[in-house]
Parts: sequence; structure tokens; C-alpha cells
Amino acid sequence: MLVSIHDEWPWYVAGPLIGLFVPALLILGNKVFGISSNLRHLCAAIAPGRVEHFRYDWKQTETWNLVFLAGVVLGGFLAVHLGGTHTISISPATRALLSQQGIHDFSGIAPRELFSWHALLTLRGFVSIVVGGFLVGFGTAYAGGCTSGHAISGLANFQLPSLIAVFGFFAGGLLATYFILPFVIG
Amino acid sequence: MTTSASIQAQECGVGSVATTPIRFLPAYLLLGAAFGFVLTRSEVVSWFRIQEMFHFQSFRMYGIIGSAVVTAALSVALIKLAGLTSATGEKISIPSKQLGSGIRYAVGGSIFGVGWALTGACPGPLFALIGAGVSVSIIAAASALAGTWIYGWLRPHLPH
Repeated sequence: MLVSIHDEWPWYVAGPLIGLFVPALLILGNKVFGISSNLRHLCAAIAPGRVEHFRYDWKQTETWNLVFLAGVVLGGFLAVHLGGTHTISISPATRALLSQQGIHDFSGIAPRELFSWHALLTLRGFVSIVVGGFLVGFGTAYAGGCTSGHAISGLANFQLPSLIAVFGFFAGGLLATYFILPFVIG
Repeated sequence: MTTSASIQAQECGVGSVATTPIRFLPAYLLLGAAFGFVLTRSEVVSWFRIQEMFHFQSFRMYGIIGSAVVTAALSVALIKLAGLTSATGEKISIPSKQLGSGIRYAVGGSIFGVGWALTGACPGPLFALIGAGVSVSIIAAASALAGTWIYGWLRPHLPH
């Protein structure tokens, strides 16, 4: 076997597999791969209010994507329950840097010091979970896509808007990594 | 330009606006599960991996995203070349994104980038993590919904 479900998958296995979701969705139903539009569909389904952006027939046209999203949650569950978890073997340099900044628990998928119910009411937990989540939702909606819709679907179809968006993703990510996180997680 | 279909066509994840026959829905559930599985096993869902990427201390995430794009681009080119029809009987076509002023992509993209570094998760991983046992990600996902809602509300006043 090329990879075991118990090990971390090398990039050259994971990357092409992720890329294949683009043709799979096109071939199945002429659908464009993109996760973040589900945030919009969920708003439309749960609380459209009087906001025009959320008043459309999501049931008619977007059920497939919400079903896909439910699958993503299921897939996360199966990955951990069939494959187990282990410490993420990040580069020693990153580990050293993060310990210096205040992260000491490296045993989970995400640091428990930031991502746990207990951490939610601390400043660093709140910023990581609530503020970060909010910006993910606002930013992807404004940009009209996320890593899947712009970086993968969009770049694969040579869309200039997606290239601009991806530059934005990294500009924002680097800004937060160098100028926000060091002060928040410490 | 202002019909809801054309507005929708500008968003990602919106190709065909045809209703999906119910018998196809299990296939989408299965594909979604496969996606969540791959994201989790490849550790793309890990905050640690995202930090490693933004500190340029590993090739891993760049290799994953880069090879995903190359694979997807080759597949799309082949599908276009072959003029394939989808299983639901539609001619496969991918709508182009409207550039406009480009502001929405630069500004919206940067705002998402800040969130991506803070939560260590983009939208797919945010949901995969809920299944993978990082249950507090439900709050991050709810907050993302709030962010999307506020965008929808402010949309008429934002430059696009």
C-alpha cells in the first residue's frame, strides 16, 4: 500500500488527491468545488433575515454542497476513529518558535491551550476561535471563495480574481502570523 | 447582472444552478467524507501545519496546495478538451469569475488570511475538525457563519 490510514500522508499523495475533487464534482454534476459558499447557504437556510444576499432558493440549487459539507464532518470523524491520532511532527524550528511564544502542548491536532472549551474564555482562545472564525467567514464571503474555491478551483481554471485572492490569503496570513499571533498566544 | 443567478455565479462553489436529483446526494456525501478524511489524514486541518507554512519552515503545505492545483488544472483541461458531459447529463462548463475592481479579492482575501492564521483552519478543515474531535471548532464555525452573515448585511455598502 502506498500510504497507511494510520500515518500522516506525504504531500505528494495528499495534494493530488485533494486536486481530484475538482474533476470529481464536475463529472458528477457539473459542480464547482468550493467549501466557503456553504457558509452563505447555511445563513440562507438558518437566518436569511431581510438580507438580499441570503434570499435565494438554496434548497433547489445548493443542497448538494451542504450534503458534501456534512460529509466533510463525517470524514474528519472517520479519519480519527479509523486512523487514530498522533503528535503532528512539525519542523523542529516551528516547534521551538511556538514554545518560545507560549505554546507547550504539542500533542493534539491543534494546541489545546488555544482550542478547547476551557480556552474559549481566555483572551488567546477567544481570539483564535471566535475572532479567527469570524474573519474566516467574513473574508471568504467578501472574496467569494476560500482555499478550495479560489486557490484550487480558481487557479486550476486560470482565474485572475483567484490569483489576487490567493495573494491576499498569504498577505493576511503572514500579517497575523508575524504581528498578531506572537502577542496573542504568549 | 443583478439577477440572483448572475450574482450567485460570481461566488465560488456555484457552477450549475440545476437541481440535483436526490439519488445523487449520497454520492456527494461520500465525496465530502473522502475530502474530510484526506484533509484530516494529511494534517491540513492542523493549526500547527498552518503555522509551519506561514513561517516557511516546511515545504509540506506548499507541496500539497501546489500539487492539488496542478492535478486539478490538468483534469479541468482534459475535461474541456474531451467536452465531457456530467453524470446528470449537463455539458460541463466552469463559469468565469468577474474581476470588477478586484477590491473584493484583495481585501476579502486578506481578511480571510488573517482568520486562516488565527484559527489555523480554512472553511473545509473548520468542519472536518468538528468531526475529528476538536469540538470547540463548532464555535469557530458558528462565528464564521456570523462573519458571513455580517458580510451579507454590509454587502451593499462594500466596494467590490
